[in-house]
Amino acid sequence: MASIETPPTALSAGAVVPDTPAAPGGRRGSARRHWVGWFFIFPFLVVFVAFLVAPLAYAAYLSLYTKGLATGTTFAGIDNYKRAFTDPSFLHGLWFVLKFSLVVIPLQVIVALFAALLLDEVVGRLARFARLIIFLPYAIPVVLGSLMWGFLYSPSFGPIEQISTLFNVQAPFLLSQGNIFYGLLNVVTWQWAGYYMIIIYAALQGIDTSIYEAARTDGATSRQISLRIKIPLITPALALILVFALIGTLQFFVEPKVLGPIANGTITPDFTPNIYAVTLALQYAQFNYASAISFSLGFVVFVAVAIFMFVTRKRGSLFT
Amino acid sequence: MSETPRRIPRHIWGKLLLLALICYFLVPVWWLLVASTKNAEGLFSGSGALWFKGGFHFFENLHDLFAYNNGEFLTWLGNSVLYALTGGIGCTIISVLAGYGFAKFKFRGRNIVFAAVLGSVVVPLTSLVIPTFVMMTNIGLIDTIWAVILPSLLSPFAVYLMRVYAAASIPDELLDAARIDGAGELRTFFKVALPLMRPGVITVLLLSVVATWNNFFLPLVMLSTSKLYPLTVGITLWTTLASSNNGGGQSLWNLIIVGSLVSIIPLVIAFLTLQKYWRGGLAVGSLK
Repeated sequence: MASIETPPTALSAGAVVPDTPAAPGGRRGSARRHWVGWFFIFPFLVVFVAFLVAPLAYAAYLSLYTKGLATGTTFAGIDNYKRAFTDPSFLHGLWFVLKFSLVVIPLQVIVALFAALLLDEVVGRLARFARLIIFLPYAIPVVLGSLMWGFLYSPSFGPIEQISTLFNVQAPFLLSQGNIFYGLLNVVTWQWAGYYMIIIYAALQGIDTSIYEAARTDGATSRQISLRIKIPLITPALALILVFALIGTLQFFVEPKVLGPIANGTITPDFTPNIYAVTLALQYAQFNYASAISFSLGFVVFVAVAIFMFVTRKRGSLFT
Repeated sequence: MSETPRRIPRHIWGKLLLLALICYFLVPVWWLLVASTKNAEGLFSGSGALWFKGGFHFFENLHDLFAYNNGEFLTWLGNSVLYALTGGIGCTIISVLAGYGFAKFKFRGRNIVFAAVLGSVVVPLTSLVIPTFVMMTNIGLIDTIWAVILPSLLSPFAVYLMRVYAAASIPDELLDAARIDGAGELRTFFKVALPLMRPGVITVLLLSVVATWNNFFLPLVMLSTSKLYPLTVGITLWTTLASSNNGGGQSLWNLIIVGSLVSIIPLVIAFLTLQKYWRGGLAVGSLK
């Protein structure tokens, strides 16, 4: 990933130059600078190795063994992985998060993009206020965001029941078996769209406005400017968001976990792969198989991101 | 940029759409505010969930919240503050040092290490939690504050953000000038580089404090003693209790609602007051 050296974006051209020219003072000076560079990154490296490299290696190791009461720990090779990819519980959860990603990611990004374009266009006090409010959910813990929506969905506390009575229709219970998909869709969109909006908005603010004036002189309408100039110029920001959203959504955990107790059994212990892995590890102490499940999920995330980067490689995106 | 009359109607539509967005994003918070003023009776009585009624019981609820079960909510609040500050500040110090090191020193192995850091952003965080749990168990740190604080120190994204920020905000000439004047590397860092990186540092601090404050998965897995829980895990414990014994004893739902409100207030205030910093910081992140 050498791309970091030259970020391919119109915004940062010339502004971001990570490379330091060779140190003055000849060979001895640069040897000293080597040492100093390592000195500055050393604390981070310790944490990185202790809490990322080591757990990852350990999980890889665990996933290759099985532990039986009578047999003790034995090498199992890829048996745990074979079991994972034929385990209906894992596959069921995986299918859910894939399906969910395909709907929620475009939805979030469209809401975020729409809001950002609107805020870039409309100025004034209302727009400033709107920007803060749309971003507000990011400052609210996911646990509490989910809980609040859970309350709003609830027939005993929430307004949905009352509003439905007003229109004389049956209130949909968004945490029921059939509706939980939509219930979660709303929670996730509400929670994250504002964060994505801020990233897109920041990218939009970085565009040189003289481009718009030139386009307007050529007779372009605002919509054309948005679609043909703004969106293409912020592709790197959009790609960044899509990758973040993909990684986050495939690891779906907190929202269903929190809504579980109030959803009357809709959220099963194998609802998403992550919930399944945690259940296996903490309730059944099956650390080996749980590690294999986590790794399998990690593998799926990796493949999904790789596919995404491959598909978007020619569009001037993040990783090209 | 003067507004031409022809553009005004379109802006009215724009403003109406903005109002609709504001309503959508504000509804849960508004509901929480309103519900926190109701007693159990008002909460369950059905109609009017989005408006005040049945008297103002906010302070009563607040009192009950801090009194319930020997004040366990206060303990959780304290734990959240402890984890967020130690984890957040520690993470910021580590990330700022590393970002500066990556940006301003061309040492052997830099690109490989940085590529590993960048690649690790893609590693599903949750796949680390289970092996970390087993490791923490093996070294006897499980169910202690360290099991939450130490893993919170890691943030590859913060390092990436600080590298970009340091590269963009510190001219090499300034560093070289300081060195020629005889300042040591640490002195150069503290006196020259750090002041220039301040907005970036504040952004990373805010983001990492928020990340630790909001964290749920890690403390949920690492802690089993409820005295060590942060707010997020504690409130979830209450919801599980409240939904399993419907109506039995004191209604926990009021406490959950007021507790949620109390838990979100500090961060909302932090975000509102430090806006100009994090907006600039996130802008840098999106530059890539």
